[in-house]
Amino acid sequence: MTFNRRQVFGLTAGAAAFLAVAPRISFAATEDTEAAIKAFTGGAEPVEGTITLDTPEIAENGNTVPVGVSVESPMTADNYVESVLILAEGNPSPAVATFHFTALSGAAEAKTRIRLAKTQNVIAVAKMNDGSTFIDRKEVKVTIGGCGG
Amino acid sequence: MFSRREFLMAATATSALLGSGMAGSWSRLMAQQALSEDQLLQMDPKGQLTLIHITDIHAQLKPIYFREPSINLGIGDVAGKPPHVTGADFLKLYNIEPGSPDAYALTSEDYVALAQSYGKMGGMDRVATVIKRIRAERGADNVLLLDGGDTWQGSYTSNVTQGQDMVTVMNSLSPDAMTGHWEFTYGTDRVQELIDELPFAFLGSNIYDSEWDEPAFEAWKMFERGGAKVAVIGQAFPYTPIANPRWMIPGWSFGIREEDIAKHVGEAQDAGADLIVLLSHNGFDVDRKLASRVDGIDVILTGHTHDALPEPVIVNDTLVIASGSNGKFVSRLDLDIRDGKLAGYAYRLIPVFSDVITPDEDMATLIDEVRAPFESDLSRVLGKTESLLYRRGNFNGTFDDLICQALLEERDAEIALSPGFRWGTSLLPGQEITFEDLHNACAMTYPAAYRSAMTGQVLKDILEDVGDNLFNKDPYYQQGGDMVRVGGMGYTIDPDKDIGERISGMTLLATGEAIDPAREYVVAGWASVNEGTEGPPIWDVVENHITKNPVVKLSDNQSVTLAG
Repeated sequence: MTFNRRQVFGLTAGAAAFLAVAPRISFAATEDTEAAIKAFTGGAEPVEGTITLDTPEIAENGNTVPVGVSVESPMTADNYVESVLILAEGNPSPAVATFHFTALSGAAEAKTRIRLAKTQNVIAVAKMNDGSTFIDRKEVKVTIGGCGG
Repeated sequence: MFSRREFLMAATATSALLGSGMAGSWSRLMAQQALSEDQLLQMDPKGQLTLIHITDIHAQLKPIYFREPSINLGIGDVAGKPPHVTGADFLKLYNIEPGSPDAYALTSEDYVALAQSYGKMGGMDRVATVIKRIRAERGADNVLLLDGGDTWQGSYTSNVTQGQDMVTVMNSLSPDAMTGHWEFTYGTDRVQELIDELPFAFLGSNIYDSEWDEPAFEAWKMFERGGAKVAVIGQAFPYTPIANPRWMIPGWSFGIREEDIAKHVGEAQDAGADLIVLLSHNGFDVDRKLASRVDGIDVILTGHTHDALPEPVIVNDTLVIASGSNGKFVSRLDLDIRDGKLAGYAYRLIPVFSDVITPDEDMATLIDEVRAPFESDLSRVLGKTESLLYRRGNFNGTFDDLICQALLEERDAEIALSPGFRWGTSLLPGQEITFEDLHNACAMTYPAAYRSAMTGQVLKDILEDVGDNLFNKDPYYQQGGDMVRVGGMGYTIDPDKDIGERISGMTLLATGEAIDPAREYVVAGWASVNEGTEGPPIWDVVENHITKNPVVKLSDNQSVTLAG
């Protein structure tokens, strides 16, 4: 991790700001997620690759699911990751967090834990300083559990 | 190898005798004459290194009957591929003579007749003989003994000693490494305590500290054997905190974490490994997918799904070895390593016929010692069965039918649920049911038999959820158990559909009425992963039932219909 506490605090505030503008509906549809991605990318269709989302295939505890994201980038002054958006498609409000980076971040990596209401896709979108965008998505299953073995 | 004629003779003699209702000691003698320990262990050696793999012993110290499944469906890309081939198809695929010892060991075909001919299998004293003979033949310095886990759980003695009997017995075999799954159901403290007793490595690349998200176990270890550097990466069952109680191991997180395995493969290569082995409790389909995605693994010794395959399955230059369960088999894999690379192999899945392989005396004595304090309990007769009792199969098993019957009657329920475990031994028609036999089917650390109200919708959700754990098209989402067993209710399942659409036609068998999603039903079950589950232990429930109904006779279970 390359954040210091102040940066993390800043990120949290950023996410909260984002949440405040997210539409208030009880259950998100795919369209809301798509709209959030479009808003983040400025309308562009993000390309697969470059960004890697790390999630468990099946959540051990849907209330706190570890999610990691990393973006391949030299992180130099003229080539760096600006921000990464994390979405949980099936949550009542899909926006989870936006992580902001600068060249001084050194690496574009972040980890957090999120709550997932049910089995759904988690999506990560990266925006580079040149405006190009990349996407990765992983399905995380939230089970009733208890009959395996 | 065996002579095919000898098999046929034994089989013919057996069926002739069965036809006249005289199956028994004579046919067994005949079968045993056709087999010898030397034949069972014979194999043309290859190369300089041997891996011995045992897995999923489930604490079976003594010889047992274990019927392989007659239904083990593969989904998507793996439909019809091993291990999703059973019965006559299995015999055809591997060119095994019906009625032969291999047919008995590897399939459910003609199971009862062949079991009466060939006798019980396994027994850790016989396993010890096999291991010692391989070490003697190959030279102990050229052999690695690897235990794939699910070793410490599955019997009365393992449960009351919290795994101690198995640790004592296994330590005397001097394994080089193990990994685990049901081991973790003894809880964090006990697992730590037992691991401290091991004179060998407990490996778990995919076990993390759940608070700090840091590796909690040694991930891999390098061994020098047969003049080669052999890296062994351990992979515990990825869904332990989901399929088993998470509250018992709150500090540990699991998962497949294939990127970690790839990382360790790289580390091992950098450290000069000539051979890279994954000692895995992933389950066969998960390991098959993993082998296709992670390069550089020479051998995966797979476990968890209890498959026994007489040949390796080769995926992306990786040999995937499936060594069965319950001590029925010992895998011997000879490897020829040249110029730091795997140049050739020879493999034998050695079936442990308990009447053919001589028990190792030291091990037999040790087993008697660890069992002695419990012997009078273990041998207590509860009843008798007229039906074959077994568990393996995707949808039901007769031992589970018996458990569900006990739950319905003893707990006065409309519907019973029993987990689709793959452990649990078999009993032949005519055998007495002992206290030990019963506990072989249910010995575990969260045995409370609950009784609660569930709506029809909740029941549907449970069946859909478990069905997806078994039949998800992506193996990484499979948990490796079988379908939850249901008493008092029938249903139709289409495994090829998606979650939410597989289950239909749920019917309350007592009335023939369709299950009402909104109505509450009284449901009895056991082995809930939830903390604080209340109820008597399942073995008391079933023992009471057998005491009242001392002759078990089960009719064919037709409550699950397969669609699609």
